[in-house]
Amino acid sequence: MTSAGPEIERLIQLLAKLPGLGPRSARRAVLHLLKKREVLMQPLAQALADADATVQACSICANLDVVDPCAVCASPARDPKILCVVQDVADVWALERASAFKGRYHVLGGVLSALDGVRPEDLNLATLAERAATAPVEEVILALPATVDGAATAHYVADRLAGLGVKVTSIARGVPVGGELDFLDDGTLAAALQSRRET
Amino acid sequence: MMEWTDTGVVVAVRPFGETGAVVELMTETQGRHAGLVHGGASRRMRPLLQPGNRLRARWKARIADQLGSLSVEADELRAGRLMDDAAALDGVRAACALASIALPEREPHAAVYYGLEALLAGMESTDLWPALLVRWEAGLLADLGYGLDLTRCAVTGEPDDLTHVSPKSGRSVSREAAAPYLDKVLKLPPFLLGTQTGVAAGDVRDGFTLTGWFIERRILWPADRKLPEARTRLIERLETQGRL
Repeated sequence: MTSAGPEIERLIQLLAKLPGLGPRSARRAVLHLLKKREVLMQPLAQALADADATVQACSICANLDVVDPCAVCASPARDPKILCVVQDVADVWALERASAFKGRYHVLGGVLSALDGVRPEDLNLATLAERAATAPVEEVILALPATVDGAATAHYVADRLAGLGVKVTSIARGVPVGGELDFLDDGTLAAALQSRRET
Repeated sequence: MMEWTDTGVVVAVRPFGETGAVVELMTETQGRHAGLVHGGASRRMRPLLQPGNRLRARWKARIADQLGSLSVEADELRAGRLMDDAAALDGVRAACALASIALPEREPHAAVYYGLEALLAGMESTDLWPALLVRWEAGLLADLGYGLDLTRCAVTGEPDDLTHVSPKSGRSVSREAAAPYLDKVLKLPPFLLGTQTGVAAGDVRDGFTLTGWFIERRILWPADRKLPEARTRLIERLETQGRL
């Protein structure tokens, strides 16, 4: 507890729930905000209120944006023939940072999990099948985590899309940039060898 | 200070905070045992902490009742090798989830551990692993004290021509004695008797129905749990692939 009153304590408790912050760092952040009210605290409060009022999930791909459909779905510059299926909005942001993909996205909102009880009906799968079945989609890229649950989800999605007449592909698994073979696990090495290409 | 060292198969991983993970291992000497892996969410640890991988583990806690901390290193990383095999992945998820929800914590079940090891190894080496999974489930029932009695007919006492199992007693029934009750008794696949080799069409389906029936009623339902979704999906996939 601080001795500064319940408002500050509540702010500390709320900030401490954010990723990367604990009670101690939340306390520091609150102190910093209070010291910089005009340049930081008020703009932050306004930004939070604006985001809360305007940001929504895209009704087509479930990406987050202030407009619906989102900027990616609405952009004529994006290739409508390729869909990239990702687990979460954070994956969309990662791919956009890399500027390596020019198609459109579909956010599943999770992966199947036997232990956490995540079932296919808990994922954003119904609209994926609709989108994949609709022209002009020609290829669906599964960019899901290379984990047991992620791979099982990818297989499940591939099964669901089979017979819709679209090509279903997965992103490659292998040696990361800067990675040394000695430190890679057996599965990654095996996948890298299977995905070898002529140079 | 409490401490042990053993090898164990990862059966469950749950995030803990932002950087840690609570990992459940199935070990030979400690049974299903959980512990906190510091840095379990890190890029270095995540490939290790996948269901089905076998790790060398060291568990430490101040007192026995604590969750304790696990330090782990790779021993046999199978999960990555199975990623392209959809059925095997479902098999790994089903077996690990079942081990996690069915076995009591910190109770040694060496036979279940060795069976799980054999099953996971079999997924990479033989197409008959679904039958191994059924056998492992039957072994799980037996090790928990709910084993099926497949030695002789519950009605006639004869040890021959056993084709069904009573859904109430879990005892085998001969073809002749089962005839009037075919709508009630469960089919017994011959590969569960151990005397016959080979797995015929329909045997694996019958095996999953049989073990699933008793695992649900004797182990899971009393604890208000149900069979893992991954097991249902595995059976559907095997059906689609014509492997039941």
